[in-house]
Amino acid sequence: MSESGGHIEVVDLTMAYGDFVIQRDLNFTINRGDIFIIMGGSGCGKSTLLRHLVGLKEPARGMVRYGETSFWEAEPEVRASLMRRFGILYQSGALWSSMTLAENVALPLTQYTSLHADEIKALVGLKLALVGLAGFEEFYPSEISGGMRKRAGLARAMALDPDILFFDEPSAGLDPISARRLDDLIVELRDSLGATIVVVTHELASIFAIGNNSVFLDAESRTMIASGDPHQLLHECENPVVCEFLTRGEAKAAGSMS
Amino acid sequence: MTPLPGNTAVVPVASDEPQISFSIRGAATLLIHLGGVWNIAAGLPTPPDLGKELAAVGGGRQIAFDAQDLKAWDSSLLIFLTALFAGAEQERLEIDRSGLPEGVVKLLALASAVPEKKDARKSGVRAPLLTRIGARTVEAASATRRMVSFLGETTLAFGRLLLGRARFRRHDLVLFLQECGAQALPIVSLISVLVGLILAFVGAVQLKLFGAQIYVADLVGIGMTREMGAMMAAIIMAGRTGAAYAAQLGTMQVNEEIDALQTLGLSPVEFLVLPRTLALILMMPLLCIYADFMGILGGGLIGVMMLDLSPVAYFIQTQRAITLVHLSAGVIKSVVFGVIIALSGCMRGMQCGRSSAAVGEATTSAVVTAIVFIIVFDGLFAVIFDVLGV
Repeated sequence: MSESGGHIEVVDLTMAYGDFVIQRDLNFTINRGDIFIIMGGSGCGKSTLLRHLVGLKEPARGMVRYGETSFWEAEPEVRASLMRRFGILYQSGALWSSMTLAENVALPLTQYTSLHADEIKALVGLKLALVGLAGFEEFYPSEISGGMRKRAGLARAMALDPDILFFDEPSAGLDPISARRLDDLIVELRDSLGATIVVVTHELASIFAIGNNSVFLDAESRTMIASGDPHQLLHECENPVVCEFLTRGEAKAAGSMS
Repeated sequence: MTPLPGNTAVVPVASDEPQISFSIRGAATLLIHLGGVWNIAAGLPTPPDLGKELAAVGGGRQIAFDAQDLKAWDSSLLIFLTALFAGAEQERLEIDRSGLPEGVVKLLALASAVPEKKDARKSGVRAPLLTRIGARTVEAASATRRMVSFLGETTLAFGRLLLGRARFRRHDLVLFLQECGAQALPIVSLISVLVGLILAFVGAVQLKLFGAQIYVADLVGIGMTREMGAMMAAIIMAGRTGAAYAAQLGTMQVNEEIDALQTLGLSPVEFLVLPRTLALILMMPLLCIYADFMGILGGGLIGVMMLDLSPVAYFIQTQRAITLVHLSAGVIKSVVFGVIIALSGCMRGMQCGRSSAAVGEATTSAVVTAIVFIIVFDGLFAVIFDVLGV
């Protein structure tokens, strides 16, 4: 919504837990207004990469730059203000279970704005309406379905009108229709808010429906083996691992048949 | 287009603040000019009184927008427009949205795409007193039924254990024995020594008046073996192990691990409750005896250091005071306390809801339940031992 955008650059990033390297030498750029997909097989480090991007885990080497600011080299106050520009939807929704949906969405607003209670109430109503949950303000997370929890998590992620929205496996555990609706919502939000969106997923339907840029992480070689528009990666497929992934294994099956 | 003086809801002050002004377009359209920077951090502008504005333009029936001077916007603009549209609908005005930024129009459409679910909203009305009393009574009856049912299931599981038919992992039992036995020794040592010290100190002050300080050994010895050893060990274990059991089983309930056991045909009571209860039943008497010794040691420290008693004299006096009856009374109680702690922890864990808040409630409830029942049963034992003349 604001003019300042979320231009993200990952430079020589190596991620590790202790001595165990998850991914090394990652280099890619996320442009303003992109719906950027982080894809790869299970256990390749997609969610770990997301944790590095949002400031939950420090890289073993390399940097994550937001505009001109290198996230991990910045002062803690700068990092905190950068993090306030992020909205994150966690895999499970990660709603605070002791709070109602309205309280969940209101918490960032009460902490970081000086709005009055009735103004916050109006904003909470709007955010919940945007994700199709108008009327569910007084419900606790345990009283609603998994899909609704995810949408409520998205409403909370959007509370402070972030420049960059991160989604960790948004369609995991959702029925195809709910998953499709969430995908549509992500595109709508990008188009209307002008936000940059980063999505961790391995759902092919989502990847092709919403993504316009991507990076492919490989668990075997522990580095990225492709990047770019997913449609282009599918049509000009050079790496057999990427081909196999993007065609649900049909490329390999066809190869072995011939 | 004629700007309407004095009718703006928000007077523009600087270009980086939200700006709203009005003009007339054609014969009957109120044109609302939106400009500046709209940011929730700067607060939400109040929507104008459309009726008043329209009266000034001579009773127009349509509103339109001009957003050419809009530099940046966020949710504050959406909230403003939502309230404005609600006012316009009340006045039955026609709304022309074509002048608004495309993103704003899309988001407003998205917000109204799914109609508000009116029947979902919870009623904030408090139920009448009688209804609340009734609901509480039904809830209490249901809780009692669940407790009795849990006790019944556990008894049956113990029956199957005696018949050698209970299904649980022996490895788990060993692990629990270690957790509630050896690993509890440091905290039991500390608390028991301190309790022994306190008992001796309180007794010493009084007994010294009569020159009967040697009887501090009797006081500490009997006090620890009959009462305090078992009681303190039980309270420590309720806070330490009972709470851990409730948290473990509660988290398993949240993660659907207990459902997974059930669907596998395994009884959660046998598989989870039995080894935990067994571990506490086996370890509590040992912890009690250990606590007795530690308490006597603490009392001895006071006797030797403050009352100038010789260690040998204190030991002999303690040996004379403590009988097997005193020791057994404490040990018997500790077994019962062990059952209480394990069952409270496991029952609250098994009855836990499916949220992290529920796990916290289960843990608190487990400790409270255990301590209340420990004290109640200690009182019962005091009466029973008195009646039996023990």
